[in-house]
Amino acid sequence: MSVLWYLIPISLGLGGVGLALFFWALRSGQYEDVAGAAERILTDEDRPL
Amino acid sequence: MTGISALTRLSADELLLASRVIDTNLRQTDLSVPGIRCGGCIQKIEQTIGRLPGVERARVNLSTRRVAISWRESEGPPPLGEALSRLGYEAWLHGAREDAKDPQLGRMIRALAVAGFASMNIMGLSVSVWSGAAGETRDLFHWLSAAIAFPTLAYAGRIFFQSAWQALRRGQTNMDVPIAIGVLLAFAMSLYDTIHHQPHAYFDAAVSLLFFLLVGRTLDYLMREKARTAVKGLGRFAAYGATVIAPDGTRSYVSTDEITPGMTILVPAGDRIPVDATVLGGRSDIDASIATGESAPEAVVPGSALRAGTLNLTGPLTIAASAAAKDSFLAEMIRLMEVAEGGRSHYRRLADRAAHLYAPVVHSAAFLSFLGWVLATGDWHRAITIAVAVLIITCPCALGLAVPMVQVVAARALYERGVMVKDGSAMERLVEIDTIVFDKTGTLTSGRPALLRDGAIDDAHLAIAATIATNSRHPYARALAETDSHADIAFDSVIERAGQGLEARIGTDVWRLGRSEWALESGPRSKGNGTVLACNGRLAQTFTFEDELRTGASDAAADLRERGYTLEIMSGDTQAAVAAVGAALGIDRMWAGLLPDGKTAHLAELSKAGRKVLMVGDGLNDAPALVAAHVSIAPGSAADVGRQAADFVFLRSDLGAIPDIIGIAVAADRLIRQNFAFAALYNVVALPVAIAGLVTPLVAALAMSGSSILVVANALRLSRSRAGHRSTPGSKERSLRPLRESAA
Repeated sequence: MSVLWYLIPISLGLGGVGLALFFWALRSGQYEDVAGAAERILTDEDRPL
Repeated sequence: MTGISALTRLSADELLLASRVIDTNLRQTDLSVPGIRCGGCIQKIEQTIGRLPGVERARVNLSTRRVAISWRESEGPPPLGEALSRLGYEAWLHGAREDAKDPQLGRMIRALAVAGFASMNIMGLSVSVWSGAAGETRDLFHWLSAAIAFPTLAYAGRIFFQSAWQALRRGQTNMDVPIAIGVLLAFAMSLYDTIHHQPHAYFDAAVSLLFFLLVGRTLDYLMREKARTAVKGLGRFAAYGATVIAPDGTRSYVSTDEITPGMTILVPAGDRIPVDATVLGGRSDIDASIATGESAPEAVVPGSALRAGTLNLTGPLTIAASAAAKDSFLAEMIRLMEVAEGGRSHYRRLADRAAHLYAPVVHSAAFLSFLGWVLATGDWHRAITIAVAVLIITCPCALGLAVPMVQVVAARALYERGVMVKDGSAMERLVEIDTIVFDKTGTLTSGRPALLRDGAIDDAHLAIAATIATNSRHPYARALAETDSHADIAFDSVIERAGQGLEARIGTDVWRLGRSEWALESGPRSKGNGTVLACNGRLAQTFTFEDELRTGASDAAADLRERGYTLEIMSGDTQAAVAAVGAALGIDRMWAGLLPDGKTAHLAELSKAGRKVLMVGDGLNDAPALVAAHVSIAPGSAADVGRQAADFVFLRSDLGAIPDIIGIAVAADRLIRQNFAFAALYNVVALPVAIAGLVTPLVAALAMSGSSILVVANALRLSRSRAGHRSTPGSKERSLRPLRESAA
């Protein structure tokens, strides 16, 4: 029982963080161009490291 | 745009007018580029445009096929249209004001996210309770569930509560009323039970209910959004503005809305006439097909009247506006459309009709079981528990998901075939039709004249004509140029005389390609369209042009006739032209020379006779008919007004899209009815179980999830049942073809 006192808040906290991150992503326009984001990772950019 | 399309010219004036200020010295222009297909396109476009002078940055959005360019105001609008067409893309201006961000979708997705989070977490806690947690642990979990459920109901449930409240205020019930009542009661009762250390709490059922229903609603909404965005992106058809010549001779570029009658406007070749006007100076040919359906271009001279929206083909015109933009032909069409919309019989969507039946049945069942148990045992608490269980388990999940899931899958199947559907009710209405009415120009025909090859054409003369013809934008010239024959002659000069033809000189020979009255010095007037090739005044070759049928038109017509539909043609073109097309397709019910209100009148007659009509049309003059019909389809090459008015838009040039659409709609309808039957069956089984008091939270959760999953799985059968039927081989290549055609 005692272990539940911190396990449950941790799990709910993690879930809440996930939810908050989703809201942030929604607000910052990450979902505006889903198809484009998928393609952009394949582009080669000749940029000096 | 396929068909008679002008070169898309994004003039500097138009770009400036349609852009908006985003920062000091920084303006943004949004372009719609339907030709963007892949990651390679993104890179090409962003790099090329990024290198243009004055451009700050360019960003491509692959999902909406748009490009956002920010450029420095002090350096003037960059040459975007030219840069893009050099890469092979057609671009249209996309006004920022047309793209209002929809808050509703954002709200729904957030509610869905919260409901998902809550239902998964509460379910996790509930599983431990079902697995045998007891005593204090169980109470703790129940309290935690309550703590999670409360804000969830307040936030995610708001959509249902608001809708239910609106309905109740008007004294009616809709599907949201039993949901709202069920959820609230379940929560209240579970809270009461938790306080009193009872073993059962229904928090998980209440929140899962919200979650499944929100999934259905969001999918439904997303489907409509996607089609709307795609259809809007296909390009605007009315000009943003025009060059006005002031009385003192100065020229300025004003927006179309600011043009008043009497203003003198300069319309270069290739632009559309912005408002109804009369010609003051210049000669040209006008393509009126999109406005009236006439397939042959018309020559205009000073004094001719012009309609807004028609295309100026060959020579610059100076015109005097005779009406403001809002009184033009375009505005009149929009008014006719609004009238038609108001008169359209209010179609009650299948889901709404089911909900209408569902709500009272569920309410009475719950109430009666409550009464029954109270009278039988006198135990109020048990009676309420059972009533709530009844409300929850007659799961509207199946009902809420049954229709949207099938329609989303069907919309996806259509999208892969290049068809956009505006909203789900269109598919439902399509199943009810028994008559199909086609417009002629641009719908059954490609809207573009083609050379009639009848063996009497000398190849050498054709080659010479084709070479001369590459210098003009006139549709007949383009038809000749497209025959791909080329003569090895280098002409000294080629001049286009607007309204008459092309004159080419080589040495002392003068070749004329155009109207017979102008090209021939003497001799017989030729028949047909009167286009001849003459050398030094002597007839060399006569050319006739026909408006060729769209690909797949005759197959599609045969297919539809076989399925038992009555086919008709309505057109604004001449009797002869319509009869020719009708004969080619085997359609004998034809109406020619119809004006837009004539078309809507004919549709009204048909609907009075009890027939349900599918209207297929593309032009400005079809827009009111598209709205007045029971359901309508437009080709992607249609005027933007026509595209907005139609329920379906097919992007490929093959008319075979229409039997395809009907096939998918029929399959979808069958699946929807199966889903409803299943949902009804499920309720018939679940209701007695609930009334008998055997429903625990575990049973409720299992029943809800199980029924929802089954409904979704059934909906997915659509893609598999359609896949074998009319598979389009090499569909990727087909979808690329229109791009090449129009880029040529």
